[in-house]
Amino acid sequence: MSDLIDALLIGVKSGLGFQAIFFALLAIGINVHFGYTGLLNFGQIAFAMLGGFGIAISVSQWGLPFWVGVLVGIAAAVVLALLLGLPTLRLRADYLAIVTIATAEGLRLLFRSVSATPVTNGTRGLSAFNQSFIALAPWDTQTRYRILGTSWSGGELWVAVVGWVLVALSCLLVWALMRSPWGRVLKAIREDEDAVRALGKNVYNYKMQALVLGAVFGALGGMVYAVGTGSAIPDQYQNANTFLAYAALILGGAARVLGPVVGSIILLFILQFADTFLRALISNGVIPDALLSSTDVAQIRFVLVGIGLMLLLVFRPQGIFGDRREVMLDAR
Amino acid sequence: MLVGILAAVFAALLPAGIASAEGESVRGTLQTSRSGPIAGIEVTVTDSSGDEVDSVETDDDGRFDIPLPDGAGQYTVSIDAESLPDGVTLGPQGAERTVTVDTGRQQPVNFGLQDGSSGGGGSTIRAVQLLVDGLRFGLIIAVCAVGLSLIFGTTGLTNFAHGELVTIGAIVAWYVNVQGGVPLIAATLIAMVVGAGVGALNELALWRPLRRRGTGLVAALVVSIGLSLLLRYAIQIVYGGFSNPYAEYQSQRAVDYGVFTLTNRALATIVIAVVVLVLVALMLQRTKIGKAMRAVSDNRDLAASSGIDVNRVILVVWMMGGALAALGGVLLGLSDQVQWDMGFRLLLLMFAGVTLGGLGTAYGALVGSVIIGVFVQMSTLVIPDDTKYVGGLLLLIVILVIRPQGILGSRARIG
Repeated sequence: MSDLIDALLIGVKSGLGFQAIFFALLAIGINVHFGYTGLLNFGQIAFAMLGGFGIAISVSQWGLPFWVGVLVGIAAAVVLALLLGLPTLRLRADYLAIVTIATAEGLRLLFRSVSATPVTNGTRGLSAFNQSFIALAPWDTQTRYRILGTSWSGGELWVAVVGWVLVALSCLLVWALMRSPWGRVLKAIREDEDAVRALGKNVYNYKMQALVLGAVFGALGGMVYAVGTGSAIPDQYQNANTFLAYAALILGGAARVLGPVVGSIILLFILQFADTFLRALISNGVIPDALLSSTDVAQIRFVLVGIGLMLLLVFRPQGIFGDRREVMLDAR
Repeated sequence: MLVGILAAVFAALLPAGIASAEGESVRGTLQTSRSGPIAGIEVTVTDSSGDEVDSVETDDDGRFDIPLPDGAGQYTVSIDAESLPDGVTLGPQGAERTVTVDTGRQQPVNFGLQDGSSGGGGSTIRAVQLLVDGLRFGLIIAVCAVGLSLIFGTTGLTNFAHGELVTIGAIVAWYVNVQGGVPLIAATLIAMVVGAGVGALNELALWRPLRRRGTGLVAALVVSIGLSLLLRYAIQIVYGGFSNPYAEYQSQRAVDYGVFTLTNRALATIVIAVVVLVLVALMLQRTKIGKAMRAVSDNRDLAASSGIDVNRVILVVWMMGGALAALGGVLLGLSDQVQWDMGFRLLLLMFAGVTLGGLGTAYGALVGSVIIGVFVQMSTLVIPDDTKYVGGLLLLIVILVIRPQGILGSRARIG
């Protein structure tokens, strides 16, 4: 019983911690791409990696101030979005999907390669770039605080507070943009590209703007993650994270302002709860070691996400908040 | 250079597969491509104060694994250069390596032995060698990707779970071959049957019901990503994170063909892939079901109204794609060992090949995959080996700028 409560509390902390913020920001970006504009971006994690490494490289390799690093990260993500959009946005949706997933994997391989080691420090990655940010916290970052039965270090709490403010501002921006004429054009592009073109709108430009905007949200997510973990390692930015963010978005409801946020909180809670509880059951011997060992638990979360994603798409594509009519997308 | 890389790869991969002893050790493999594994060479380890820790001879596979009872620290590993076989010489760094072993780490040691088979021949020879390697790799991609392209052509589905069909084939063959003791050729046939079964299961249990529900193509694409995640990590739980070789054909020497060298298994890979691909092409061109496949790819409604049973054709495409992917998986596992995510890593190159050739066309997949394979291997002439996949993916983006419909695709498809 105490195991169950412990697992619940750890799940709650995870659902409110920097990882949930990371996925929420990724998913807000994907929401702009996929939910509102109908773009299939499967390389969101690449933008996050550029954001995280933008700070890490600027601060610990080039010795620049932290906030310059933030600008570098955002600029890198914008440049990548333009490069990706240029060839693919005129083509059918699945071309963008293939190119973005290939870019994300290619960039990760490049960042972890031996030839990139002087800049990215290869597979070991970079660390010690977040002190000046943590030092801004108005409370003592060394002591631990107890909130709702969960224990947070001062630094974690600071990252989480700033991160949620960032998420709130992002949501506000998306909300404002999507009720503007610009947002209505995006939604129209999702529904019928040719009709929008017939009305004299430059569909290509609107798609490009949406791609860049979502990429910036992704870069912000990567920054929160890098600052939260205190390190930037290429292998943290695996492709599977993009799909976790998709799962969060679809769970919460695509094309809804708060869908990605609620989805991320719930997803992180479920994943962490399942993880902790399974480990507790294994160490107590409730689940025999032969069936599932504690090293397998880390993989179980991805299996669960895979099943969840499939079931959601098949039986409830609108997620918790969505509107079914808005998410019946077709690539052709 | 090439040999050095080869030996380094083996030193890093093999111990992970064995994963036996706890505690610190130094280990590695002595071999070159021409001599094969070198047995019976004395390997000596001394600690930082110069005292000998242990001395062993390499086993029949050229391996050594020396436990370090004193734990982490700095050690010097040396080999007896006098007893190396004729033609094999030490690399530029000599017969001694000083390594720092961290706590709990099995430290790989690489001596970078040379046999004059490469490096000395100049860049033309190396280019020819890479061309042949690239051809082999490209043919493997082609065998895997034909199914992907045909599935896209007949159903419109961009199947992100196709890489897992490759992995399943390789792993089924590994279990049958290594655990079951069945010869690899028979094991491959079993794996292909299983692959066809998995393909049929895919179609019957998932995609046909989804089509009937009228699920959109984007939704179907995300479903295939979910399926890919589910299968990939389930495979990792069952199979583990190691890379393992098959039981046979592993310690082959490279045969010298003048301008390039090739192991017999690589040659067999090329021959098998070419024969299978020609058979597939003949089937598409001559047989009734092959013609039906092309008809459904071209225009599904027209095919249905001409009396073709579209669902049956799609089922056959799935079974064929599954069997071919399984074969491709075994061929890939033969050269790169069997790993839980081998298919997913190949998937991006398959997409690159299929897009290059023209999405949805069977012959386009063949041509595009071979070009991608050759390009990826040849690119190591100018870029480092560990970034070669990046080159392949860059090529994909360049193609989309210049000719988005691919080499053999038609303009109407890309919308």
